[in-house]
Amino acid sequence: MALPEKQPVTKKFIDPVAVKKSISQRLVVNNVTKVIFLVGLFFGLVVLGILLFGVIRDGASWLSLEFLQNAPSRRAERAGIYPALMGSIFLMLLIIPMIFIIGVGAAIYLEEYAKKSRMTSFIEVNISNLAGVPSIVFGLLGLTFFVRNMGFGSTLIAGALTLALMSLPVVIVSSQEAIRAVPQAMRHASLALGASKWQTTFKVVLPASLPGVITGIILAVSRAIGETAPLIMVGAAIFIARAPEGIFSEFTALPIQIYNWTSRPQADFQGLAAAGIIILMVILLTMNSLAIWIRNRFSKRY
Amino acid sequence: MMDTKLNTKSVVTEGAERMNQPVVARESVYNVKNLNLWYGDDHALKDVNLDIKKNEVTAIIGPSGCGKSTFIKTLNRMVELVPIVRTNGVIEYHGRNIFEKEYGVEELRTSVGMVFQQPNPFPKSIYDNIAYGPRVHGVKNKKILDEIVERSLRRAAIWDEVKDRLNENAYGLSGGQQQRLCIARCLAIEPDVILMDEPTSALDPISTLKVEELVQELKSDYSIIIVTHNMQQAARVSDKTAFFLNGEVVEFDQTDRIFGNPTDKRTEDYISGRFG
Repeated sequence: MALPEKQPVTKKFIDPVAVKKSISQRLVVNNVTKVIFLVGLFFGLVVLGILLFGVIRDGASWLSLEFLQNAPSRRAERAGIYPALMGSIFLMLLIIPMIFIIGVGAAIYLEEYAKKSRMTSFIEVNISNLAGVPSIVFGLLGLTFFVRNMGFGSTLIAGALTLALMSLPVVIVSSQEAIRAVPQAMRHASLALGASKWQTTFKVVLPASLPGVITGIILAVSRAIGETAPLIMVGAAIFIARAPEGIFSEFTALPIQIYNWTSRPQADFQGLAAAGIIILMVILLTMNSLAIWIRNRFSKRY
Repeated sequence: MMDTKLNTKSVVTEGAERMNQPVVARESVYNVKNLNLWYGDDHALKDVNLDIKKNEVTAIIGPSGCGKSTFIKTLNRMVELVPIVRTNGVIEYHGRNIFEKEYGVEELRTSVGMVFQQPNPFPKSIYDNIAYGPRVHGVKNKKILDEIVERSLRRAAIWDEVKDRLNENAYGLSGGQQQRLCIARCLAIEPDVILMDEPTSALDPISTLKVEELVQELKSDYSIIIVTHNMQQAARVSDKTAFFLNGEVVEFDQTDRIFGNPTDKRTEDYISGRFG
């Protein structure tokens, strides 16, 4: 077969001169956007720095061992954060198992067992929406359902249940993402060995998705621990001198104590509030660092 | 043109005569009868009839999209993981129809193991990867598990390479090693048949050779069905070959016959590279 005749070169649409000009323009835009993004980052960091600086300046002098061990008092020198600290810690200890079992269970059902249908899409959309509902609405729900209907009263368990409900959507969505990220090949390998579906889910999928699941739970609990509105609605005590004794006792929490102190006129209480904020931030930073550490440690394996 | 649905007994006789060996009526391991499969409306497997014998390596060749992966996945019912799949027909495994309600899928998959195209070890230690199968089936005794792990790794010709790092994560192994690990994992549940879906297509030539040698060794104790894109591999490794085209079995015969003297023109065209 003879080779076709060489075709004449067609008109070029890309003009080398115009390209050169546009390249130098594009490089300028490159550098400008880099500076804009950097400014954005610095803006955020600077604001954060100012906040931190202000809080530490006001509160550092009030931090002491007595501060951690004492109950609040009308006398600023003797006031402490102990009941609030214990309240927050107990709330965390109650919330974590609840959201782990219910949240991860729901995520496993939605990802592994439910057939994808309009019903499941509808459910998933609603769960995502719930993650954005203002926390005070959950407070109202908790007040009506747990405090009044179930008769728990304004107790630790009512507060924990309310905050757990509030955290569930976030846990379910992030657990779903983690489970979805486990490659299908892994499930196929397990099934091809004769394992049943639940064995595959619990022995292969869940362990593989655990880092993502744990990170989601820690982030959800970090948010819950800083919430004031739902706890006030549920009736957390504003003036209480003892740490909670059981799940049916009255309680208070760090954000509420801080709120209480900031609403007092004396300057000393402002300092105490700042100290309380420092404690709260230390707890939050620790938990978030833990989440990042867990994520890094487990994702290396993959 | 000769009828493509060959009577297998005459194939064995002819082949045996050619090789000057006594005729051995081999036991069937899989008897596929009029198998049809649809992915939704797409008729992917059309009236497949195959009689696969014990302790042989059967290769399945054909161009992309001809249905060979689909076919091998019906043999352990893994194809049913796709929701839109519909099947029709009978597959007899040692005489029992695998589609009947009483035959549990988990039971079938304990006797029929599978090795996939991409090595897929679990993100666990090497030991836990091999022990996964036996543990899932109830083996708890550590001594027994130790023995099963060693035996499977030896059988897969990878024991010497990993015996000092059984507790390390399986992801630290190379691609070829991971695939041999997956073969060992499959052997640990003591299957009868091993299905291999293009097991070496993701591997380098040296690992490919190691896996092919392994297949030859394993033949004496297991029946192996291997899907391969690589015709030379089929010619090297298998005893019988089935040529699939557009969801149908065009020809199924002794490997040297398929490659040396094919009956169907389509087979000849594919073998000589005129298409595919």
